[in-house]
Formats: sequence, structure tokens, C-alpha cells
Amino acid sequence: LTVSEDEMKAIAREIRGQVVQMSHVKKTPHLGSSLSCVDIVVAVYWGVLRIDPQNPWDPGRDRFILSKGHAATTLYAALARRGYYDPAVLETYNQDGGHLAEHPCLRCVPGVEASTGSLGHGLPLALGMALAQRIRCAGGETPGLAKTVSSQAGTFPPSATQYRCFVLMSDGECEEGAVWEAALFAAAQKIDDVAVIIDYNKWQATGRSDEVMALGPLVDKWRAFGWSARELDGHDIGALLAALEKLPDGSGKPLAIVAHTVKGKGVSFMEDDNNWHYRTPTADELQAARKELGLA
Amino acid sequence: MRNAFAATITELAAKDDRVVVLSGDIGNRLFDAFKAQCPARFYNCGVAEGNMTGMAAGMAMCGLRPFTYTITPFATTRVMEQIRIDICYHNLPVTIVGTGSGLSYASLGPTHHSLEDVAFLRALPNLTVVCPADAAEVRAALEEIIKLDGPVYLRLGKKGEPVVHKQPPALVIGRGITVREGSDVCLLGLGNMVAPSLEAAALLEGRGVSAKVVSVHTVKPLDQDLLRDVLQRFVVVGVVEEHSRIGGLGSAVAEWAAAQESRTKARLLSLATPDLFLPESGSQKYLRKRFGLTPDAIADVIVRAYEAEKAKV
Repeated sequence: LTVSEDEMKAIAREIRGQVVQMSHVKKTPHLGSSLSCVDIVVAVYWGVLRIDPQNPWDPGRDRFILSKGHAATTLYAALARRGYYDPAVLETYNQDGGHLAEHPCLRCVPGVEASTGSLGHGLPLALGMALAQRIRCAGGETPGLAKTVSSQAGTFPPSATQYRCFVLMSDGECEEGAVWEAALFAAAQKIDDVAVIIDYNKWQATGRSDEVMALGPLVDKWRAFGWSARELDGHDIGALLAALEKLPDGSGKPLAIVAHTVKGKGVSFMEDDNNWHYRTPTADELQAARKELGLA
Repeated sequence: MRNAFAATITELAAKDDRVVVLSGDIGNRLFDAFKAQCPARFYNCGVAEGNMTGMAAGMAMCGLRPFTYTITPFATTRVMEQIRIDICYHNLPVTIVGTGSGLSYASLGPTHHSLEDVAFLRALPNLTVVCPADAAEVRAALEEIIKLDGPVYLRLGKKGEPVVHKQPPALVIGRGITVREGSDVCLLGLGNMVAPSLEAAALLEGRGVSAKVVSVHTVKPLDQDLLRDVLQRFVVVGVVEEHSRIGGLGSAVAEWAAAQESRTKARLLSLATPDLFLPESGSQKYLRKRFGLTPDAIADVIVRAYEAEKAKV
């Protein structure tokens, strides 16, 4: 799949429109958090991941974990747009008896890699996935012992390709202790095929993320934990692609991208206004948002 | 039990290359044989149990069969969130192994006691809860656990527990094992309280009461056939466990009885630990005595109840 940056920008506008609409129709919160990470999700799904939406559970696929599960609408809309399932399914979002809840559940639709919503879980999962690959690659470690059971059981199949794991976290999520347990372990084990992207929109549910906790300087913290860390504009798709195109990056370290973003990005009256963590748009606001996004 | 665990997991890993051991900075020499045999399948995950538990889930998502291993409170209640979401919500074949359960590490104090772990963990959907009675049950349970496709909590004691089974038992997950037949009363023992229950049964025999003893090694799923049988057949059924009265095997049995359509015959007794953090130091032997979990004390309670029930008839 080769998609130009301009096309990705257009896709990002479409997804933003979809996300605002889902929040309006189903009256669900976390709109600001969903909008701030759209460009990251688009860059990853259209320009970075080695995936095949027609074969969503290929053991050799790259994994993307939406650790900030409250941005579920962005993931759902992106997966549908990327061809994992019929976009009509999006209409069942948050419906009684439906599959698409306000936080994603493993395999609720093709492409959802983990059940998330409680923060600080995605990175340890990704490290486990990375170690599973390392263990598989170390096969034949036991002299004189045949590799028997897995081939019979068929549950741990060999894969032709090496997969990578990408984890999208929120800045507030970096306050969870489990994140830093995982950061310490990943560096010790030199797990260089895992990347963390932090949607640093400077807000958490009820306050500025740098004020509620001493989060900054965030990139320095990751670097001090032994990661290859850099910061960039999380709405610059070109910059995201350049930062993520090479993983492992050759440093022998895991990669942390601190992506500076704006909460509510793309809709002027939502941008950097934390009321949109919980507020849902009216019909008029939906219309205004669609107009700004060039969709109406 | 922990030596049996280490030996058996090493044997299983030789046959099954999905087996991985994740240790929370414990078992320094215990896994030497495992590490020598399968160096790529052992990770010391440090003093970071949340990450260890989450990583185990990630490994299981990619086809492995990880076992997390550390002292029971740190393997279980410390990381309830990771067990609940990463392992149980995803319904993954991870086995959480707690060592030094109950009062096994009595002298280390309440931080190292685990008298609430069964209560917390058996409340989680998808989780199987297994509490072996001795080293032979640990071996037999592991052979069965590796065949399951979902999450398991394996509650171990420490080392040097009394032998319950002279021969390897035929262990089926979810089915109790009768370790002594009897006709008057029944003792349902959990894990390391099966051996004291057997001793209590010997004392009861001397006092003219015939006691059946069952190792209820699986708290979840409960052996419903067993409960249906013993709660109808005996006038007194005592549940004996090194666990709080709140939420342990005794609670599970009472919950089961409360969900039946007709009343059960037996009077149900809970022989368990009280609702408190012990403020004093003491050995496992001392604490069992303080909590009425010695063979003598168990036999006394059972005799009193049995005589009271008989007097009613």
C-alpha cells in the first residue's frame, strides 16, 4: 500500500468527521482525546504497519495497541476505513447488544489487538508479544530435544516475517506505575522492535497533565529510562512517518516518540478546550465541525 | 510444593516449547535446571509484577504458555488489575503461580501472608483456581493445567509439606479427590490443610466418628457432584482452609448451597482464618494453633457439631 501524505491528510479529515459524528449520535465522551491522535493513527495504519486487512490475524503482522482505549472511535473508524470491516458496522457503535463498546474489546472487530480502557496495560502486552517473537526465534535452544509440541498443537506457528509492536498511549497514562515498570524492563532486555507513541495533548480528564503530575520533561524521562526517545509534532504526518519508518532503529533500544498534539485537533472550537473530554457535540456543532473539516 | 513445581515445569518445558517461566526476582537457584535447559524461556522480570503479568498476557496472545511465579500476595492481589484485564478478560492461557500461600510464610508477617487471595481471584470470570494438597498434586495438576486453554491460578505452599498421596493421584481439574473414606462426617480440605484434615480424621476415629476427607484442589470450577453428594449424605461437612473465612472455599460451598433449589442436609462448618491482620509474630505452626487449624482443634469442632446434630434426630 502506497498512500501519499496528502491522501493521508484527507483520510485523517474523514476519520475526524466520523469520530465527531459517532460522539454526537451516541452521546459518548472522550471526543477531544480521540481527535488529538487521529494523525498518529493514520500515519501508523497507512504508512508504517505491515498488515493485511484481509488477513487480520496473520501471526507475522505488525501489532498496534491502542493503550489509550478511550480513543476507541478513532481506532474503529480507522480500521473500517483501512478495509478491516464494512464501515456500516460503525453505525452499531455503542448500541445495545452491539460489538463496538466505548472502549475496545479484543477481536470485537477484525484488527482490534487488545481490550483496553484501563490505562497502563498496552506496553506490557506489547513487550510480551515482542518476547514471544524472540523466544520463537531462539527455537532449537535445547540440545537433544526435538521441537515437538508446538508444531502439533499448531498454536505457536512459525512466521516468515518479523513483526513489530506499536503502542499508542496518552500523556495522562504515563502517570501509571506499570508504564515505568515496563519501560525499565524493555531497556534492560533491549527490546528494540517495540515503539511507544505518546499523544501528548497536555490535558488529562480534569487538568493539565504537566500540573497534576510532574510529567515533564517527558522525552528526557524516556531517555533516562534507556529508551531511544525523540519528540515531534504529532499532527505532522511526514514527521511521524520519518520517525517510525525504521524500527528497530539500530540503537538496540526501544523507541519512544513524544508526539506534541492538541486536544480536539481539527475542530477549532474544540481545540485545547478540555470541556471536550466529556462534552458531546450538538447537531449544529456536528455540522460546523464537518464544515471545518471540508466534509460538508 | 515449590520444588515439585520447578521440577515439573522443567519437564513440561522439555516437551512443550510454548512453556515460559516469568519470575518476579525470586527462586534464585530453584529454576537452575530450567534455565540450563531452556535459557531463552526464563525471564527474571524484576520487582515489577504488574509488567510481568501484562507481559505474560502478551506472550499468550502470541501462542505461548507463560507461568508467572513469585510470592503469593505479589503474584496475585498486588496485580489484580493485570490479572483481571490482561489475563482473564482476554481469556488467555497464563498460569499465575503463587508460592508460600496461606500462612506458609507466617513469620514474614501479614505483607507475605495470603489469606484473601482465593476470595479475590475466584471472583474473576474465566479463571480456574487450583490449590494442590501436596507435591504429588502439584505435579498432577500441572500436567492437566497445560492442557487448558484459559487462565489458571495455582496456589502453592512452600517446601516440605506432608505427603498426602503416596501414589501419584489421578487428578482431574474440577473434581475433588477422596483421600479417606468415612461415613459420619466429611472434611473438605483445601491445599495444605488436607494433611491436617487427615490427621484430624484419625483423631476422630479414636473418638468414634468416621470422617471422609476430600482434597478439593479446584476451588473454581467447584465439584458440584461432590457437593451434591456430601451435603446430602453427611450431617456435618467441615471446610478446612488456610484462608480467610471471607471468600474462600467455605464461602464457595455456602454460595453453591444457597443457589440450590432444595435445602441440603448437612450442617456446614467453616474452619478458616479470622478477619484480621495479625499484629504479632509467629510461625505457621503457632498461627494455625491460634486460629484453630490444628488436627486437635479441627476434631474438637467436628465432634461437637456431630453430637449436636445427632441429638436433634
